[in-house]
Amino acid sequence: MNLYKKIYRNKAAVFILLATVSIGIRADDTPYALDRDAMVAEIEEYARLTGNQAFDQRVMQAMASVQRHEFVPDVQKRFAYENRPLPIGFGQTISQPYIVALMTDLIAPGSDDVVLEIGTGSGYQAAILSPLVKSVYSMEIIEPLAEQAAARLQTLGFDNVTTRLGDGYYGWAEHAPFDAIVVTAAASHVPPSLVRQLRRGGRMVIPVGGRFLTQQLLLIEKTETGEVKTRQVIPVRFVPLTGAH
Amino acid sequence: MKTYDRRFVFFSVSLISVAAIGYEILLMRLLSIVQWHHFAYMIISLALLGYGASGSFIALGKRLLVPHFALAFSVSALLFSVTMIICFALGQLVPFNALEIVWDPRQLAYLSLMYLVFFVPFFFAASCIGLAFTCLKKHIGRIYFFDLLGAGAGALVVVAALFLLSPQNTLRLLAVFALFASALVGRTLASPARNRFMLTLGSFFIGLWFFLPQNWPDFRISQFKGQSQALQVIDAHVLGQYSNPLGLLTVVESPAIPFRDAPGLSLNTQSEPPAQLAIFTDGDAMSVITRFDGNLSSLAYMDDVTAALPYRLLDKPRVLVLGAGGGTDVLFAVYHGARAIDAVELNPLVTKLVADTHADFAGHLYDDERIDVYTDEARSFVARRAARYDLIHIALLDSFAASGAGVQALSESYLYTVEAIEEFLQHVAPGGMLAITRWLKVPPRDSLKLFATVTEALQREGAADPAQSIVLIRSWNTSTMLVKNGNFSVREIEIIKEFCESNSFDTAFYPSMTASEANRYNVLDQPFLFDGATALSGPGAADFLERYKFKIEPATDDKPYFFHFFKWRTLPEMLSLRKRGGAGLFEWGYLVLVATLIQAILAGAALILFPLWIVKRRWPRGTGTRMGAYFFLLGLAFLFVEMAFIQKFILFLGHPLYSVAVVLSGFLVFAGLGSGYSQTLVRRYRGRRLYLVAYAVTGIVSVALVYLFLLPELFDRLIGQPDAIKIPIALLMIAPLAFCMGMPFPIGLGQVASKAPDFIPWAWGINGYASVVSASLGTLLAIELGFTTVILLALALYVAAAVVVNTGAFFRSPPAGS
Repeated sequence: MNLYKKIYRNKAAVFILLATVSIGIRADDTPYALDRDAMVAEIEEYARLTGNQAFDQRVMQAMASVQRHEFVPDVQKRFAYENRPLPIGFGQTISQPYIVALMTDLIAPGSDDVVLEIGTGSGYQAAILSPLVKSVYSMEIIEPLAEQAAARLQTLGFDNVTTRLGDGYYGWAEHAPFDAIVVTAAASHVPPSLVRQLRRGGRMVIPVGGRFLTQQLLLIEKTETGEVKTRQVIPVRFVPLTGAH
Repeated sequence: MKTYDRRFVFFSVSLISVAAIGYEILLMRLLSIVQWHHFAYMIISLALLGYGASGSFIALGKRLLVPHFALAFSVSALLFSVTMIICFALGQLVPFNALEIVWDPRQLAYLSLMYLVFFVPFFFAASCIGLAFTCLKKHIGRIYFFDLLGAGAGALVVVAALFLLSPQNTLRLLAVFALFASALVGRTLASPARNRFMLTLGSFFIGLWFFLPQNWPDFRISQFKGQSQALQVIDAHVLGQYSNPLGLLTVVESPAIPFRDAPGLSLNTQSEPPAQLAIFTDGDAMSVITRFDGNLSSLAYMDDVTAALPYRLLDKPRVLVLGAGGGTDVLFAVYHGARAIDAVELNPLVTKLVADTHADFAGHLYDDERIDVYTDEARSFVARRAARYDLIHIALLDSFAASGAGVQALSESYLYTVEAIEEFLQHVAPGGMLAITRWLKVPPRDSLKLFATVTEALQREGAADPAQSIVLIRSWNTSTMLVKNGNFSVREIEIIKEFCESNSFDTAFYPSMTASEANRYNVLDQPFLFDGATALSGPGAADFLERYKFKIEPATDDKPYFFHFFKWRTLPEMLSLRKRGGAGLFEWGYLVLVATLIQAILAGAALILFPLWIVKRRWPRGTGTRMGAYFFLLGLAFLFVEMAFIQKFILFLGHPLYSVAVVLSGFLVFAGLGSGYSQTLVRRYRGRRLYLVAYAVTGIVSVALVYLFLLPELFDRLIGQPDAIKIPIALLMIAPLAFCMGMPFPIGLGQVASKAPDFIPWAWGINGYASVVSASLGTLLAIELGFTTVILLALALYVAAAVVVNTGAFFRSPPAGS
């Protein structure tokens, strides 16, 4: 109970601070700016509580700048900055912001990186990556989603994101190797081509679980010697045994 | 009754009952297709709510309805017919998304809305029956007989119809039954009204049968089920759709981006699966037909999955594949050089797709002389089989998404119970193995529960040290467990380690494994599987099971919920972690059941008890509470037994739908006969109703206790029989218990009728309310406590009911006029 109070008290403090700052200096922002700041504050707080070291500040800046409400259908806009996944039509979802931040943090994006995304969806993950890396190549297999996301990303000015409708199984050989690969939904196996297209020293991240319930994040790392290792990250601090720490 | 021909009324009642029970079972099928099967229990609760609410409604509107019986009956029947179709179409428009239930509180409101929409047809059906009871009081016995006859027949009619017709046309057929019932009574209306009514009926019939599109209402399958998602992919299309009571099969081809299902494929592999066709059952549970041109090298990926492990240890084994599905696991055995393969598949339509419809695509796999394919349920097949196999392979039948999202939390699975594993192990030749591959959850659930289940089975089979016979390996998303008939040798352990190393799979458990060998390639925060398996195979197993935050106790035939991992004490922690990435810890299926129970409690109170309370606030002084308790306890107890039997008989009859149909009709018919017989007894022993209740309860307790001991043995001996024999046997088993269970309610009601007639609607209402709640509560308790406990609890409730009447003055005094 005390922990709850603490979270909410801290959250409230961060929220008020950000709100005050926002009102002062962000006159040109959308009506969603306060909600977005609150969402970012919540993610930072949760990351801290999870026991992970704080997410990279560049990642959090991207989370604070990308307008999530532009990536969801009109009926979902009022929930756009709630920290939860939302349906975007065609049986797809826009991921929970906390998970997006964690996935982005896990691939440790560098400003010169070339990143491949399999599953453009709404385009939100590509938009988050856009300011963090040199270029993003994103593929989608559902035609209307691919078209909508391409138009949206172009309109919003994410110029370093290139999208394509096509089979992500074979990656995007023309632009390979990639410093990082983000697969937005796990299949029964990791396509061998994607492993091949990952640069040595590169990282691939895949959320595993249902559309609304991410169970674990699969982090695949290719070492400088070409060896492939995986780490299975539970996105939360959860010890499955009582009395164990 | 001068103006009615009673025979027509009786026949109409039968038709309504056929349609009502048929609709109840059909709705379970339809909701399994568009949503998930969790709603089966909700439907039973809904049907009972309809009956309870209509009882209250008739009690309230008696003065208006009785003089216009024919009109009220025919209009109710017509509305039943219309709403049966309309409400299914409307129910699909409710934007309920079960997967979002942990995120969005509106989903609970949508679920309630669905509950209310599907309640409407049952309300009208029950109104017909209730009106007949109320208006033809002298013929209650015969109406009851025809009602039960119809109900018993309805279950069989709908199962038979589903073999011949599409689900939509089955729905239409049931609507026609209700229309005929309406017409039969409507023809007795006075002339001008009759003509208008008949015209309305005729128009509706013509519209229904000739103008409604064949596939209306369309199935609006949840967009988050596998089939809907597959069909979103560019150029993906349906090749064919086939239906029987076991499922709606949809074959999907995706030429631009082919299906490539290969669970547990190594990250080191250089091979990829060939193109596949997907078979979806009820819009989910994907199984694949793999393209095969006779060239085994195209299947090289089959060397690089965790499931290939047993073939590294066995040379040209004789294999049994349980759950052949689209045949890929059979092809897997062919690829690995099996010398003989028996493949078992429950649904004959699935086998036909591989053997016939898509035989060219599958490379005429089933024409291979090494392969024998059997249409059967796995447990039943193995029980009947004398042969022993070098390898029994249980295919990975459920989908990854379903497994991950807790979709199956309420699924009874008799494939992964201690008794099932024992049965399978008895059919493994010395030195042979049982191989089971499961999706890997993190933190582990399935894999550890399976480990605990297998360990328990080995102990029961007399293994001195079960750990010597178990090996567990894992990739990032699958685990494969081998259980050997005998101990693993040092050489075999070496081969297993080499196999894992070459594919970057982790060994999670093998005899004498050390901690340093765990968690090397697919690194988890902790070596969860190794730690868990080691604890479960040691003296601290009980402590570990208790301390683990998921329910991983062995699944048994008494508690066959292999996929249920939820512990209530972990709920607060899960809720607090929900937004912090902990949503994957939830099982939404279980939460839907809890939500269903809560809405049953609320809707039953609002629609059954509240109307009665408004009109008849005063209960008989002194005895009212006791009488209320009596009928409440009976309602709870009856449904507890019925729900436990439905779930228990799934093992015997092989499929939930068969079990629901047979058990429901069995209980209805034989309880009805018991009820009829109780009236004979009451007439014979007037004034001794108290003793009759005691006799009936003694009968129930005795028969049920005998069954608790005998049923497992009976199932064991008879499970191998064909369905045509098992169904009558099941009915015979149900008969004596249901017969006794049909007696306490009418005996009590008779006493109420003679001493406090105003209490009759309350007696019905309270009993109905308890039944509505009990349908969901019984399932919840079965999951938590097991069938035996639920049945024992029901018996305790029956005894409590007998005690309640025994200690009260109400039943002690003879009824008026005796």
